[in-house]
Amino acid sequence: MNLFSELREGFGISWDAIRAHKLRSSLTTLGIVIGIVTVTLMAAAIEGLDNAFLQSISSLGADVFYVQRNSWMNENTEDTWLKAQKRRPIRLVEAEALAEQLPLAAVAPVATDNGDSVKYKDRSANTADIIGTTATYLDTSGVSVAQGRFLTAADAEGGRPICVIGSEVASNLFRGESPLGAKIKIENQSFEVVGILEKQGTMLGWSLDNRIIVPLRQFLAEIWSRPPIEIQVKVKGLVKLDEAREELHQTMRHIRRIAPNQGDDFAINQQDQIVQMFHRLTGRIALIGLCVTSLSLFVGGIGIMNIMFVSVAERTREIGIRKAIGAKRRTILLQFLIEAACICLIGGGIGVGIAWLATLAAQYFLPAYLSLNIVVMALLVSLLTGLVSGFLPAWRAARMNPVDALRNE
Amino acid sequence: MGTETVHALRDVSLEIQRGEYVAIMGPSGSGKSTLMNLLGCLDTATSGSYELNGTNVSEMGDNQLAEVRNREIGFVFQTFNLLARSNALHNVELPLIYAGVSSEERRKIALESLKHVGLADRIHHKPTELSGGQRQRVAVARALVNKPSILLADEPTGNLDSKTGTEIMALFEELSRKGNTIIVVTHEEEVARLSRRIIRIRDGLIASDEKVEHRESGSP
Repeated sequence: MNLFSELREGFGISWDAIRAHKLRSSLTTLGIVIGIVTVTLMAAAIEGLDNAFLQSISSLGADVFYVQRNSWMNENTEDTWLKAQKRRPIRLVEAEALAEQLPLAAVAPVATDNGDSVKYKDRSANTADIIGTTATYLDTSGVSVAQGRFLTAADAEGGRPICVIGSEVASNLFRGESPLGAKIKIENQSFEVVGILEKQGTMLGWSLDNRIIVPLRQFLAEIWSRPPIEIQVKVKGLVKLDEAREELHQTMRHIRRIAPNQGDDFAINQQDQIVQMFHRLTGRIALIGLCVTSLSLFVGGIGIMNIMFVSVAERTREIGIRKAIGAKRRTILLQFLIEAACICLIGGGIGVGIAWLATLAAQYFLPAYLSLNIVVMALLVSLLTGLVSGFLPAWRAARMNPVDALRNE
Repeated sequence: MGTETVHALRDVSLEIQRGEYVAIMGPSGSGKSTLMNLLGCLDTATSGSYELNGTNVSEMGDNQLAEVRNREIGFVFQTFNLLARSNALHNVELPLIYAGVSSEERRKIALESLKHVGLADRIHHKPTELSGGQRQRVAVARALVNKPSILLADEPTGNLDSKTGTEIMALFEELSRKGNTIIVVTHEEEVARLSRRIIRIRDGLIASDEKVEHRESGSP
């Protein structure tokens, strides 16, 4: 007998059986609905968290390397941490050497001074970040200019006191007035505003719009003469990230004259590191959460198994008839498996529907997100639950002796 | 179920030819049901062999037996044993589904079979919407739909009033004339008398095996 007509017959029987016991079927389905809702919501919450996090670090370009004295990741032991603290700072000359030796990359040295006070006329802002850098920063940092212009190479060389301000600085210092051409005071030095940046939002809660970008030479001369330098390197063209990183690594070692048997005294940081660390964390949360929530699915599965045993017992005679006229074990097994799977799939469908509504509601205060992947996974899980919990009852039905089954009243 | 071994049948040796119309009789507990289960391939004997159409079925497993039942045996039960939730047509189609016949073909053959038992106008009725006699006709249609070697009927008139019982037996008579092999298990003498050969079972043994003389035309 061919599988297709067997399946179709199985679906027909299951549908009839489910409809014949509406109350019972819906109560059983309820168990699965609850299970699938909890599992799906859990997954949606984690997915939402994940998305929100990726969003929040999106200002770190995925293809940008951040050469810094220390790694973003925790050094493993106190010992290595102490060693890392003694590393030589990264100097501007190194950034210049790097730019020279890596012509195919955009290299921007960046010095940052956090929380400076800025003034314009009688207005002041206290916590702006002052960034000293070069024209290449436009490439590496992903900022874009809303009004005016960015620093040019000539600005960096000539050292004119100009600045480009973030949108938050602009709205804090200037009310209605156009900032372009105005002179603001940073550390009591005058800087002329030549451009305003596009709004960028926040990264890990830190505002990216409360910043002022000045030419690096000006920064060194007027604000901080020996700051720690971070070198941003953005790969151009279609180069493999791993290879680019390795080239950068070797070049940096060469520039800093590190002997072959010595370890690095600098770190190359990447967005990927943070993402990986975060995924390790959410992975653990997901595992624990899914373990807990799948308990409810497990309970639902037991309900299915229970009701399938009842169904098999009730239909013993029918099983006998079917076997007498030629149904094989496989046919009977399939029939009951399909019935269990159908109940669970219906439950799964309803569960996903409820979870979808709940996610929509939750999005007002939580970063929950129900992706298609989760929906497909939830349906597969409910199908699997049906098959697993339906197997034992179906197997019992399949193995019934036709004579005994027919004798059953 | 106890642990004591009970032999329902002993030393039964029996041969039934193609086209025969046989009645198996015996009081309850005589072993006639066991014999019927063996003949119908619903069960296998603990010892001994059963050859059906030249194939030894006594050694077969569950699935093979199911196949043999599907192809070779058509069952008619005392309690009809129709699927309550399915209509007459689907009930008759069922053996064809298990035989793997395509749905178009299936419908055609099932309709033919229902027409044959005079129920062409009742195909969409469920068993509960049919009378006892009609139900048994559906069962006969189902039994014949796969053109089996044996039509095996277990007390086919047991749940019918005498008039409809007679009708069913007339149908059997007609089927027999057309060359079907029929085995009827019954404890009613009048039903058995309609066959050509009566095998009587008592205490698990064949007590007698005799031909039935029929007066030419006009049985009661």
